[in-house]
Amino acid sequence: MPTIFIDGKEYRYEGEGKSLLEVCLSLGFDVPYFCWHPAMHAVGACRQCAVKVFTDAADTRGKIVMSCMTAAVDGMRVSIDDPEVVDFRARVIEWLMINHPHDCAVCDEGGECHLQDMTVMTGHVYRRYRFDKRTYRNQDLGPFIHHEMNRCIQCYRCVRFYRDYADGRDLDVFGAHDHVYFGRFADGALESPFSGNLVEVCPTGVFTDKVFKGQYARKWDLTTAPSVCTLCGHGCNILPGARFGTLRRVRNRFNHAVNSYFICDRGRYGFQFVNGEYRVRTPLLREGDELRAASVDEALTRIRELLQSGSMAGIGSPRASVEANYALRALVGAERFSHGLPEQQFALLAALLALQRSAMSPSPTLPEVEQADAVIILGEDLANTAPRLELAVRQAARIIPDELEAAALGILPFDDAALREAAQGATHPLFLCVTGATSLDALATVTYRAVPDELARLALAVAHRLDASAPAVTDLAEDVAALADRMAEILRNARRPLLICGASAGSLALIAAAGRLLAALEAGDGSPMLRTVAPACNSMGQALLGGVSLEEAATAETLIVLDSEQLRPAQIAGAKQIVCLDSLLTEISERADTVLPAATFAESAGTLVGSDGLAQRFFQVFVPEGEIRTGWQWCDALMAGRWANLDALITEIATESPAFARICAIAPPADFRILEQKVPRQSHRFSGRTAMTANVSVNEPPPPDDPDSPLAFSMEGAQKRPPAPLVPRFWTPGWNSAQAVHKFQEEVGGPLRGSEIHRVIEPDGSTLPPVTVPSAFTPREGELLILPAYHLFGTEPLSMLTPGIAELAPAPYLALHPADAARLGVKAGGMVTLTLGGTTHTLSAALRDDVPRGAALLPVGIVDSPVPLPAWGTMERGRHA
Amino acid sequence: MPDLREYEQAGGYAGLRVALRMTSTEVQGTVKAANLRGRGGAGFPTGVKWSAVPLGEGARRPKYLVVNADEMEPGVMKDRILLEGNPHQLIEGIVIAAHAIEAEHAFIFIRLAYREAAERLRRAIEEAASAGYLGANILGSGLNLDIAVHRSAGRYICGEETALLNALEGKRPIPRAKPPFPQTVGLWGQPTVVNNVETLCCVPHILRHGPEWFLGLSRSSDGGTKLYGASGRVRRPGVWELPMGTPLREILEEHAGGMREGYQLRGLLPGGASTDFLTPEHLDIPMDFGSVTQAGSRLGTGTMVVLDDQTCPVSMLISLEQFFARESCGWCTPCREGLPWVVRLLRALENGDGRSDDVALLEAHTRLLGPGRTFCALAPGAMEPLQSALKYFHEDFTRHIAERGCPWRKAPVV
Repeated sequence: MPTIFIDGKEYRYEGEGKSLLEVCLSLGFDVPYFCWHPAMHAVGACRQCAVKVFTDAADTRGKIVMSCMTAAVDGMRVSIDDPEVVDFRARVIEWLMINHPHDCAVCDEGGECHLQDMTVMTGHVYRRYRFDKRTYRNQDLGPFIHHEMNRCIQCYRCVRFYRDYADGRDLDVFGAHDHVYFGRFADGALESPFSGNLVEVCPTGVFTDKVFKGQYARKWDLTTAPSVCTLCGHGCNILPGARFGTLRRVRNRFNHAVNSYFICDRGRYGFQFVNGEYRVRTPLLREGDELRAASVDEALTRIRELLQSGSMAGIGSPRASVEANYALRALVGAERFSHGLPEQQFALLAALLALQRSAMSPSPTLPEVEQADAVIILGEDLANTAPRLELAVRQAARIIPDELEAAALGILPFDDAALREAAQGATHPLFLCVTGATSLDALATVTYRAVPDELARLALAVAHRLDASAPAVTDLAEDVAALADRMAEILRNARRPLLICGASAGSLALIAAAGRLLAALEAGDGSPMLRTVAPACNSMGQALLGGVSLEEAATAETLIVLDSEQLRPAQIAGAKQIVCLDSLLTEISERADTVLPAATFAESAGTLVGSDGLAQRFFQVFVPEGEIRTGWQWCDALMAGRWANLDALITEIATESPAFARICAIAPPADFRILEQKVPRQSHRFSGRTAMTANVSVNEPPPPDDPDSPLAFSMEGAQKRPPAPLVPRFWTPGWNSAQAVHKFQEEVGGPLRGSEIHRVIEPDGSTLPPVTVPSAFTPREGELLILPAYHLFGTEPLSMLTPGIAELAPAPYLALHPADAARLGVKAGGMVTLTLGGTTHTLSAALRDDVPRGAALLPVGIVDSPVPLPAWGTMERGRHA
Repeated sequence: MPDLREYEQAGGYAGLRVALRMTSTEVQGTVKAANLRGRGGAGFPTGVKWSAVPLGEGARRPKYLVVNADEMEPGVMKDRILLEGNPHQLIEGIVIAAHAIEAEHAFIFIRLAYREAAERLRRAIEEAASAGYLGANILGSGLNLDIAVHRSAGRYICGEETALLNALEGKRPIPRAKPPFPQTVGLWGQPTVVNNVETLCCVPHILRHGPEWFLGLSRSSDGGTKLYGASGRVRRPGVWELPMGTPLREILEEHAGGMREGYQLRGLLPGGASTDFLTPEHLDIPMDFGSVTQAGSRLGTGTMVVLDDQTCPVSMLISLEQFFARESCGWCTPCREGLPWVVRLLRALENGDGRSDDVALLEAHTRLLGPGRTFCALAPGAMEPLQSALKYFHEDFTRHIAERGCPWRKAPVV
């Protein structure tokens, strides 16, 4: 292991090709920085991380270098504390402070501001600059990001993230000298689905969370707990923060394997449903046409009666935890438990599960995805179905000279600008086989747009070219056959090809074809990887748990429904009595017999199985007002207290269901203690504790108990760092901002210390049934194949309760090819009447040449389809309303 | 300007014919032997610069030769004379240099204001191409080269070679970190050499007459001649080609005709705005790279800016530092924030708002904006006139504070 002398003391350090800054930070030294970011590396702009390097032991003068742009070398002699360099770092802050306003007290970044931290760290205190400050006009950047350019210290991180890392185009740097401006060409909502990360990337208060601003609380006043985003199937780790019984904001929670430093805007901003006035907070009982508030006992008694009379079934949800679904199954019995999905949709999940199990290697983690050297995407519009995966695919697509190539060119392996210059935007092969335009089109080597069956046929044709034992597709169009040749040729040489497919296209044929293509790739020399995309946060948990279909369960007289929001009334129209466990009133719960107020993700704990087959635990963030309990607690109450606490339930699940055998190990059990203390959800600086309920009683109430986790709803408890799954906030002395995360990592940019991943879906040596080649797509006269289209903002219904998300969601539309439109006499923007599964919709027509001919795209969630898509529909020119 | 025939009659393109009979390595060797040092200001040996470019079959292609004609240093107009006066000489130098590094494409990155020069270059390039000196299979040698003239959008920082490359790529003109050097990762990531106009104009003559001849032209160990210039209150401001190492006094007194009537020499910036002041006591030093450095300044571009005894040095510095502050690209903190502070401090002195510790603050900036502290050489260059002015004209600064304003302005010399 190489060693380095820092201020005269020798240290061993890990990692060849690391910068001096990374090595110093990983060793625990505080070296201030701004422009360097662990995911975006070094550019040497801010000059804040200066240290001194000495040529040898005899050298007493040394030379000031920027540690981010200097390679750590075995035996190197470095000083962080040398007076000259200490002074230089303070002067850099002094320069930055020339124009930075003294508005910390009213700045939303205050208290978690990296600039504040670095200022304190360098010791710069007294202002010597006595002239005017420069000022800027701010821009309206849409509903999520507040812009305050006067605070800017020109570290260039925002544009490096937004443009270089996330490939956004509408944020840039303008101007020169001491009048550099970071913003858009003109006011307007930021277009990148990852714009919210600017809040965490910006080291000060230029880009702050506009939604949070509306109900602001300082970082130290927020109650936080480790959580998992529930707004898609990816499973990004998040840190929700609550105060006074409302959820105030969501921030990224670093998880090396799943989301690293970034989350999407749906995940960051889509939580507002938790605070809505439409929340159910007490049990509701039907009396005639009305639902009236009732006591818990009254409601439970009513439900027990209902469950005794006649046939009964429980309907679970892929958006509820493994525990909630299992508890419902325990309540109603396995034969009367439904996973909550129509047969066709569950079949897609089962197919994805079988596909993952048939693969030779487990689902790749995020860094492994980013290492892919060829990507094939089958039927997924990733930016809208699994946004975080899309961002990872962007990194995979980008060719970065490896260490050997970089060394040959004289490039330091962390010099981001030079690596990009050398690569010149070169990309790895990316094959997009999708049903319409996607955000990745500009990066794609080939974009093939067709209906799912045709995508499956192409995938199979490629498989056949790679592996003669795969069935041949004999009647391919000439251009598609040529495309298959080209793809096969490139994939044959790929060492780490990544295949992505999922349930979004609604096609079993496509998943089957993906399986065959994967097998063909596995027969080759490379090490292929598979990532699947499932729609909901616990879809794969439901696939593992199983159950009867929604259609079958819906024949019972009495239904007990977990999360009726995900159902449509027509799906359970036959039931006589419905009991809903709902967090908010839905079309179904408004007509239910009994409604039990259910907790949202922020008010409960449990386990979710993401698309990647990882089981992750989320913890309760705050105690809501009212009689709100989570799904499994209501089931427990109906069974008169079957489980002592969440751990007891988890233990039973692990014992009863072999698939979940490992879920006990995800996080320490509820009786885990550090020096006999729980882990506080509130910071050591939490304010107002004795005053916040003084309007009710001047006596300070004891904090609520949490029997289900080692976390406490209190500022009291262990101040020692908890194990990785329990870390409720990234905060260490001197590091108050999100930048503190490196203090929790094994090494800078590496996994959190002591973190593990817990796979519940793994390759098991199984093989998939033989595939049959779907027949070629034939457009129908007078009908269109309606395909699902997805939107980051619009598809997911709970997030649509966030006003900003609703504002940015598209209006209902039906997109069709101009040729089909011409045939049907439809003009762009004209109204059309779509008849689908017996219902009609009047929609505005969008003419797009990316839509396959004979098909049309219908936005899921924005237009409610009565039947699973794809489905044939008829369309006629409608009259204007 | 001589047309192609006139240039050929004067021996033009003879150097190229010599070079075409040589290998690339031989051309490099000849230029190394002539000890030609870069005339853009840094004085790096040209042959050595070329030899860092990978040659031969395995080398990455395309390779580029880029001519830095972005002459924006205040007080400097030597390249303009070469560009306007004899563009074929530059073109010949380009073709030889491109051969030396096996480049097939050359770009001339020319200052926005040099419209006339750009126009003359275009005409000369056409002439040269039609005569077979450019294009495919130059003079039957099998070598190919095309030249494109790119007019800058007009920022001083574009004269920094890596910022120039970014500008040429259509990006913000922000300097790049070195390493990697342009010879390996240059224009569009490809091997590239950036040479100054005057440097390349020496090359045809070195090839034609040989390195010994070139060395013999010089009065110092640095080879050849140099374009020297003088501006300020001298009798005959101008630019002259003289042997390298011509003493400062000779340039100032013989060629520039000495100071104008009634003015005394106080100091001069020997190589343009970003070089340290020299004073009358330095007049006997030879103007070559080593000697000027030894005297505490830099030869730079060799075109001096003269400060007389009736001009306020503080006011001269305001003018210079305003220029540098405005031309900072805004990438690194010390330059972006430090230079405007320096300007404001100097203006405060000028306006009678100077405070007792302002001079110390200025002095601190000359150290804090030094080499290695900033991303590129712009701010260190900007500090050179300031640090030497604080050394040689210290009293002028303190008088501004003590007398609450500019002594020159208060009591103008009649």
